[in-house]
Amino acid sequence: MPEAVVRTEKIRKDFSAVTVLKDISIELQAGETLGLIGENGAGKSTLMKILSGIYQPTAGALFIDGKSTSFRNPSDAKAAGVSIVPQEFNLCPDLSVSENVYLGDEIKGPGGLLDRAAMRDRTRELLSELSAAIDPDARIVELSAAQKQLVEICKALVHEARVLILDEPTTVLTKIEIDSLFRVMRDLRSRGIALVYISHKLWEIAEICDRVAVLRDGELVHVAPVATLSLEEMARRMVGRELSDVFPKLAEPSAEAPVLFEVEGLSSPNAFENISFSIRAGEILGLAGLMGAGRTEVAEAVMGVRRATGRIAVAGKELRSHRPMDAVAAGIGYLSEDRQGSGVMVPFTIAENATLVSLPRYSRGLLGIVDRKGEAASAERWKGLFSIKATSTDQCLEELSGGNQQKVSLAKSLDPEPKVLIVDEPTRGVDVGAKRDIYRLIADLAAKGIAIIFISSELEEVIGMCRRVLVMREGRAAGFLEGAAVNEEEIMYLATGIREGV
Amino acid sequence: MANSRTRNKFSAERYGSLIALGILVLVSAVLSPHFLQPQNILNILRQISYTGIIALGMTFVIIAGGIDLSVGSLAAFAGAIGVLTMNALGAAGKPEWVGVLAAVLVALAAGSLGGVLNGLMVTKGRIAPFIVTLGTMAIFRSLSLYLGDAGEFTSTNTLYSQIGSASIAFVPVPVWIMAAFAAFFSLLLGRTRYGRYVRAVGSNQRVALYSAINVDKVRLLTYVVIGLTVGVTAVLISMRFNAVGTSTLGVNYELDAIAAVIIGGTAMAGGSGTIWGTVVGAIILGVINNMLNMVGVSPYLQGTVKGLVIIGAVLIQRRKA
Ligand SMILES: Nc1ncnc2c1ncn2[C@@H]1O[C@H](COP(=O)(O)OP(=O)(O)OP(=O)(O)O)[C@@H](O)[C@H]1O
Ligand SMILES: [Mg+2]
Repeated sequence: MPEAVVRTEKIRKDFSAVTVLKDISIELQAGETLGLIGENGAGKSTLMKILSGIYQPTAGALFIDGKSTSFRNPSDAKAAGVSIVPQEFNLCPDLSVSENVYLGDEIKGPGGLLDRAAMRDRTRELLSELSAAIDPDARIVELSAAQKQLVEICKALVHEARVLILDEPTTVLTKIEIDSLFRVMRDLRSRGIALVYISHKLWEIAEICDRVAVLRDGELVHVAPVATLSLEEMARRMVGRELSDVFPKLAEPSAEAPVLFEVEGLSSPNAFENISFSIRAGEILGLAGLMGAGRTEVAEAVMGVRRATGRIAVAGKELRSHRPMDAVAAGIGYLSEDRQGSGVMVPFTIAENATLVSLPRYSRGLLGIVDRKGEAASAERWKGLFSIKATSTDQCLEELSGGNQQKVSLAKSLDPEPKVLIVDEPTRGVDVGAKRDIYRLIADLAAKGIAIIFISSELEEVIGMCRRVLVMREGRAAGFLEGAAVNEEEIMYLATGIREGV
Repeated sequence: MANSRTRNKFSAERYGSLIALGILVLVSAVLSPHFLQPQNILNILRQISYTGIIALGMTFVIIAGGIDLSVGSLAAFAGAIGVLTMNALGAAGKPEWVGVLAAVLVALAAGSLGGVLNGLMVTKGRIAPFIVTLGTMAIFRSLSLYLGDAGEFTSTNTLYSQIGSASIAFVPVPVWIMAAFAAFFSLLLGRTRYGRYVRAVGSNQRVALYSAINVDKVRLLTYVVIGLTVGVTAVLISMRFNAVGTSTLGVNYELDAIAAVIIGGTAMAGGSGTIWGTVVGAIILGVINNMLNMVGVSPYLQGTVKGLVIIGAVLIQRRKA
């Protein structure tokens, strides 16, 4: 067998007193794609951060091309040919797309000046390989989460890496971008580049990976060729038990239930136009569409974080002003797709995050003294409900794994007990077991009479959770689907305007 | 300590400045036997209380992601119109206590209004805090120079200066006031909803906005808080000198206040910090000054030491981040 490009020997990682990786020995060959799976907090990202020089192992050794190596920082790793697309975006919000892609690696022209044109052209090329319609000159703040993800992938592709690690790159991407990404990945693989691919969507692992490695509680419990494992088997090895049906049985919609939420003629410049819909109490309305169709923008407009015109009403009462506090006061809850960009406070504790929106309920007296006991009790409840993996609710979010941060973000939007709930990518980066819990919780909330808007780039999720779906295309409502018509083919037809297979 | 929770990171930062203070006190005690005399300690505390009170307000502003350079000029302006009001009432034959009360109220109101002005330009005007307060720093100074023709307003009220030099239980009045503000602000920052919002806005303004926090209101109020502390200091310092020097009062106050906050472990970029840290930071500055005086270092060089301490504190902060 040829020398492995990367090999680890008994790698251990401790954070203060907690051991999160135990004796990991694994190897990666040139031209292979290794899938890495495991529950939230199993240690996937930590292992990858060690391979890419972000963390240093507490014990154990790392070999590159058979030579013992230690990376002091990410530049060391990059110099050795290891590149990573991190789970959380690491982009400068005020720089342009091409400036970010080439950050620290700028192309210089004659005289040492930056060759902006070359950088822009190459960025455009890379973006089109990923079939992403993003302007290389756009600033990062103007981009959606999916677009940021694609920029992050481009950034890693620019370096001629020999090992490329992708930590959950597809959580906010739709099928089309995922397919393009896979095309690019296959191309890299054929050029002899070794890839590590992390995802909670097991079908992706089955499709793109050669081998799969399973982490459970910081231990490597299984490594095998992908072909030998079914999806059920992968899930079982991850969580250590059998998983039953993923999606809950949805309650029959009642035609008598009152309309709880209405949007009429909502328009926002450069984002979407003339969107109208209404949702009855207890109903889950899906919002589907391709990247850039305007789903997230509609949610942002409803919440008052984006300028818009049109009528919004909760339980028949029209919202007078368009500020986030007014939306919350009217009973609207919101989960943002951009976890660290607009969802959670990374330096805050779990408890502080969970009650950030509902804090008025926990504050007493003239000064608004925070009732810490009550706050901790609520946080404890969410921690149990979503099985958030943390030492206590006083732990800061920067110390939580991505999926666990997502659960806190969801707790934060649910804690105010909204009457209308908008969830944008609710299960982003969440493992199969927790996904199931979240679906059940959302179905339960609906059963209690809450109106829910369910936005997701994962079609399977939309189909499993919604009986009615509004499909958007390029900022317009392409149509509503209901009952049996809520299926992949119909949604894609409306989303793209093209009927396939005819 | 009465402060909030035991977040590892925060206590490490506080620990740092406390250790530094401990070492300083030890060194000073060795260098001069006079240092630990109660009278000297009380003197140090009195000296730091004037800019220390402003530093307490500055803690809110910096944690929320802002800065305020106008504090010294605003102190001169607020003090000037306070004393002017008092003297006018005295001339009109009103009892002395009425004059004192009026001076206090006018100075506090002027300070707070100055804060509102800064805050409105930062939030509604969307101008960078550095620029806004650099501008108002010039404006408030120039207004007070104009009022006093660059000279001094001497108080004609005898009660005024008596209060300023009074002590309660051996401790000077300004020190008591600083302690009271420190206790109250510590509660406000560490235990209340508003304090939580201040940290939230400074940590990540976008997340705060998406969390339905009234970001503008929270930021505006931090400038009102600091404006109020400026008003308090204006009263205390003019009581101390029995006058307001329109060209001298408050000069370099912004430097001392910001230094105390940063030395106390508050992140310059906002998001985290404690009131107790700022108190420790202010005391460190006071002890350094006192020590340099005692060992006979030229007063002209003291600024150099202060500058080095600030830069050192920021360096340590960055190493931790
Ligand atoms: N800086 C840190 N300090 C303390 N604990 C940490 C830190 N970073 C990660 N951890 C802990 O290490 C464990 C593994 O985290 P990691 O991010 O590797 O999980 P993961 O497998 O990537 O999960 P996910 O699927 O949610 O992304 C978690 O329990 C997490 O709380
Ligand atoms: Mg992870």
